[in-house]
Amino acid sequence: MKNTHVKRVDLIFERTECKEVFAKVITMKPDDICQEILESGLKGRGGAGFPTGLKWRFTALEESDEKYVICNADEGEPGTFKDRQILDEVPEKVFCGMAIASRAIGARTGIVYLRGEYKFLLPKLNKALDEFHKLMKEFKHDFEVRIRLGSGAYICGEESALFESIEGKRGEPRNKPPYPTTSGLFSKPTLINNVETLDYCVMIMKYGAQHFQELGTKDSRGSKVFSVSGDTPRAGIYELELGMTVAQFVAEFGDGDTKAVQVGGASGFCVPRKRFDETIIGFEGVPTGGSMKLFNSSRSMYNVLHNYLEFFTEESCGQCTPCRVGCQQLLKGVEAVKKGEKTSKYLDELLKLSRTMKIASKCGLGQSVGNAFSSIVENFKEEIIY
Amino acid sequence: METVQDLVHVLADKHGRTRESLLPILQDIVEERRYLSKEVMVDVARELDISAADVFGVATFYTFLDTVERGKYVIRVCKTISCSMKGKGDVLATIEEMLKIKPGETTPDKKFSLLETNCIGWCHKAPAILINDTPYTELTPEKVTEILREYIKK
Ligand SMILES: Cc1cc2nc3c(=O)[nH]c(=O)nc-3n(C[C@H](O)[C@H](O)[C@H](O)COP(=O)(O)O)c2cc1C
Ligand code: SF4
Ligand code: FES
Repeated sequence: MKNTHVKRVDLIFERTECKEVFAKVITMKPDDICQEILESGLKGRGGAGFPTGLKWRFTALEESDEKYVICNADEGEPGTFKDRQILDEVPEKVFCGMAIASRAIGARTGIVYLRGEYKFLLPKLNKALDEFHKLMKEFKHDFEVRIRLGSGAYICGEESALFESIEGKRGEPRNKPPYPTTSGLFSKPTLINNVETLDYCVMIMKYGAQHFQELGTKDSRGSKVFSVSGDTPRAGIYELELGMTVAQFVAEFGDGDTKAVQVGGASGFCVPRKRFDETIIGFEGVPTGGSMKLFNSSRSMYNVLHNYLEFFTEESCGQCTPCRVGCQQLLKGVEAVKKGEKTSKYLDELLKLSRTMKIASKCGLGQSVGNAFSSIVENFKEEIIY
Repeated sequence: METVQDLVHVLADKHGRTRESLLPILQDIVEERRYLSKEVMVDVARELDISAADVFGVATFYTFLDTVERGKYVIRVCKTISCSMKGKGDVLATIEEMLKIKPGETTPDKKFSLLETNCIGWCHKAPAILINDTPYTELTPEKVTEILREYIKK
């Protein structure tokens, strides 16, 4: 019998005495903090999956009069809503994670970039922030956090667009390199981490790297918070050990008729039923910022793809041609095929275009449109055409 | 009533006059006045000593920084996939019917504007909408009717 068991974990929402954790951290050498995070194997939970400890160490090594710690709370990927829940339930842990980072890299200023859609959280966050600043005073740790609001632009979750936005500009991504660790906000070394990543850093400092490392797989250590939605009787937020297959996930969350799972939101991959068994959810298989959408056989995958393409067409910042024009052409293209104005062969042209976008686009938005596009078109060709 | 210039001045005092303050100032104006008029954008440019084109450029980039007049209550209906699978169409139709406006429009009394928006982070409780900053989730035509009735009374 196949093992369908998916292990629940309770770290992210676990009530934690931040004061105790920080008391321990403040006695440690900054590089030992980076080392502890590095040994845990934690990779960024915002989607890109860069090893967090390395990022911290790179930023720590930079010489600068000013450095920043930024918490990315822009959470705009369709199908993710876990950062909202984390900020709602345990904001003190997110701030504490930023404080630990500030100690590790030597920063005095922290900024939370909160999406405008979550503005209703502000009163609660400001209250938690007051407590947090009192705590910092107690420890005589010179670190202040402020909150900046977004204004309804998905692209501002991309780190360099986020910096531009804080600087008071249009949220247009920058060229890379230089990377944020050397030149980020106001061209200063900047550490930017996702809400969930920062929370995990607190738990790693609390329980030790070993505790986290024992969970998950070689490439995907630890656990992760999943946002589950779509055709499921159990929509919601779940913290699960990494390393499960899509089949195991579907056994737990499906409605008995799941035909596809979109892993990682609009910029992620569509996994069809025939691949459930072999596909691992994690960095060795399909990576995800946590968005898991289930579709049952009543759904038209054409509608799903169309919805995603509309999303990208609207949210592309328009700065570079492959993405701006590419998104529009993919959208128009599938509409034309559906209407019979173009033959099914035209889909091959569109697939080529999506591959070009992956190579030629300036930032992760344009580069990942092809993920959903190719995985849906290749696996559900009939639904796109007829 | 305070003039536009007064408001801009007060907000610049509050947030500062560096480029970094531009977004918070524009966000607060939208909160107060529900949109950014040409006039107010020119004032902000003068107050921060930057070009008006820069202010227009930023204002038009961000979806929530409306540059056309909006009502007192801006309703944003999520149209992304989870909501659209779970009955967003019926919810939108109910709102259209009640307020007699289509997406992009504002009621003649300037009380309500209706807009569609991308995922607002409540997919597990779809369909969801925002009215100004407040999210409403797991909506049905009945539920949204009740909510709107409350707003109409306000
Ligand atoms: C289009 C786009 C949108 C993104 N949106 C988010 C977001 O909303 N939240 C987030 O944490 N990371 C987002 N990212 C990833 C960030 O650029 C960055 O990698 C991340 O914040 C780093 O934090 P982590 O290492 O803790 O994951 C986005 C990337 C792209 C290309
Ligand atoms: S890839 Fe798209 S979102 Fe990114 S910079 Fe180019 S146009 Fe803007
Ligand atoms: S799809 Fe509507 S809230 Fe996410």
